Amino acid sequence: MCEIIDKKILHENLKQIVVKAPLIAKHANPGQFVIVMADEKGERIPITIADYDREEGTITLIFLEIGTSTKKLGSLEVGDKLYSLCGPLGNPSKIEKFGTVVCVGGGVGVASLYPIVRALKREGNRVISILGARTKSLLIMEKEISNYSDELMIATDDGSKGKKGFVTDVLRELIESGERIDHVIAVGPIPMMKAVSELTKKYRIKTTVSLNPIMVCGMGMCGACRVRVGKEIKFACVDGPEFDGHKVDFDNLMKRNQRFVEEEGISLVRYLDTQWKGEV
Amino acid sequence: MSVRKTQYEMPKLDPKERIKTFSEVALGYDEETAIKEAERCLQCKDKPCVKGCPVGIDIPAFIKAIRERRFEDAVKIIKEKNPIPAITGRVCPQEKQCQCMCRLNKIGEPVAIGRLERFVADWERRKGYKIPKIEKKKSKKVAVIGSGPAGIAVASDLALKGYDVTIFEALHEPGGVLLYGIPEFRLPKEIVRQEIDYVKALGVKILCNVIVGKTITFDELRKEFDAIFIGAGAGLPRWLGIPGEELNGVYSANEFLTRVNLMRAYRFPEYDTPIRVGKRVVTVGAGNVAMDCARTALRVGAEESFIIYRRSRKECPAREEEVENAEEEGVRFMFLANPVRFIGDEKGNVVGMEYIQMRLGEPDESGRRRPIPIPNSNSVMQVDTVIIAIGQRPNPLITSMIEGLEVRKDGTIVVDEKGRTSIDGVFAGGDITTGAATVISAMGAGRRAAEAIEEYLS
Repeated sequence: MCEIIDKKILHENLKQIVVKAPLIAKHANPGQFVIVMADEKGERIPITIADYDREEGTITLIFLEIGTSTKKLGSLEVGDKLYSLCGPLGNPSKIEKFGTVVCVGGGVGVASLYPIVRALKREGNRVISILGARTKSLLIMEKEISNYSDELMIATDDGSKGKKGFVTDVLRELIESGERIDHVIAVGPIPMMKAVSELTKKYRIKTTVSLNPIMVCGMGMCGACRVRVGKEIKFACVDGPEFDGHKVDFDNLMKRNQRFVEEEGISLVRYLDTQWKGEV
Repeated sequence: MSVRKTQYEMPKLDPKERIKTFSEVALGYDEETAIKEAERCLQCKDKPCVKGCPVGIDIPAFIKAIRERRFEDAVKIIKEKNPIPAITGRVCPQEKQCQCMCRLNKIGEPVAIGRLERFVADWERRKGYKIPKIEKKKSKKVAVIGSGPAGIAVASDLALKGYDVTIFEALHEPGGVLLYGIPEFRLPKEIVRQEIDYVKALGVKILCNVIVGKTITFDELRKEFDAIFIGAGAGLPRWLGIPGEELNGVYSANEFLTRVNLMRAYRFPEYDTPIRVGKRVVTVGAGNVAMDCARTALRVGAEESFIIYRRSRKECPAREEEVENAEEEGVRFMFLANPVRFIGDEKGNVVGMEYIQMRLGEPDESGRRRPIPIPNSNSVMQVDTVIIAIGQRPNPLITSMIEGLEVRKDGTIVVDEKGRTSIDGVFAGGDITTGAATVISAMGAGRRAAEAIEEYLS
């Protein structure tokens, strides 16, 4: 259990691991996540399940190495075991026949979007996918997503692929072209989900976003992941992670995700220092 | 022969020293003191103390064994009813249970039953456990959901009777509230681990990282096991429902304690999970959990730790001993006051608390006098961290996944006196049936359910 059986470096700090986890693979559905600890002293961090294979009993996780926890995770090799792996957590995405659905993914959020795109297509929706990244080489799962999309559009910040600009620029053009859109799903960085939600609100297109706050337990007992949705406080882990994008207080979410920024820095410097000393 | 009227003191770490560390505060009796304290016991024939014990330990018998230096026998007598005496000896509210029934109360202080229980349990831990022989293995399989006090009790009882028992724990380490909730300085985690090892040695299998309803379905469990016990506890934090609770620096007691205890944030950055408290911490509430939070805050670096409570000291739900420990360590109490809102800065960090003075009115349904706000008595104080410790409810994660399970409005599972739920073959006990209560009452419920499960399976 929890053994890494495959590992790919998608781009510099962007890594993909396939982990043996038969029970999680058996019960996972699109939109759900796992809580991972890389080692005994590690944090519990949530990572969305990018794919699962019930027959092989494996799940795929894609993550960007940013801080200590993701760097520790990225340092594990095939044959290593995760110290702790728990899931599938959160509510599965609502997969129904909406009609035409636009799936917007940004950065590493594209990985979380993939199983949702696949399920929506299989449900009989017309799926238009819009993927965004800073630059071409950071674009992930393009082929997988295109396999289940009727149309695929791309935006990069530097224009190295697709349209130069943001996913919202592509989405706006699509809406203004008169395309009838029944539902939008957005998964990615908070500013992207916020911008998409603001745009679709103007056009009154129902929008679902998948939130990624700091978590500890992942099962509704600690409340570290609480977010403001409308007038209510919700726990992203058990009430979400998907919410109505028009009701989410993204500014509050952004601030909450900054709350340990200082400690994260201290931890990272210490980790990098010990890594460096270990290599000498 | 006259009996000494007062208990022998149990040595404690000096308050000035102890707030710098997470070392255990109470140090326990040595052999001679334990024997002297045991000699205070009157050995009443009708054993009133046993009536006060939720699991019915034969208290006079184990005290007699201590008196006669038969420590091994003393442990054996306790373990007939309670598999984890090193834990209950530390966290049981004895003053409201066995000790309040003691005849010595008429002339002075009761026998220090808890300290004696702790003494023999620690004596055994140092010596190494004796694992009782399990006579006949039975083929019937029992699943236990949750590895806290209720789950441990039901699992070890059934294992001793020969059943094939598997515990499913949602977190990455077993122990439930003993691990994530109660701080190291009150209950060293090494002890929890040893007591869990004892339960494993009885043949109980413990699977961590399994959330029933998520990792496996309840129906799958039903197919594989002949009976199921739900002891998932009360893990859902209550909130005040006032403005500013979403600010950075406002924690639920569960988040604060889980970070520090389970994730060992007090050893950050050696451990990766951070905690930040700043200079001034306010804990809302005055139960045992609130005392744990306020005392923990001092140990992770707070200069000032306050407790704000809407009633007076007399109504504090915490054990008297815990209130005293907190006071000794410098925790300051704001009685008859209640927060109305928390104030944040532009970064979303909490910087202030507005609160209002309260007075006590007529008794409410709980029998305690109802706190009433005094109009126009608001003040604001500067704060860096707020911890909300006003109680927990059962987490609906499991119960919502089980069709046909009768659950009350507050999330607790409806059970009869034997722990039977509305579903045949499904039992429950502990905080998930009562709301947040004590370790020992959860164990008592587990033991009663174990009997009912045996009845059901035979």
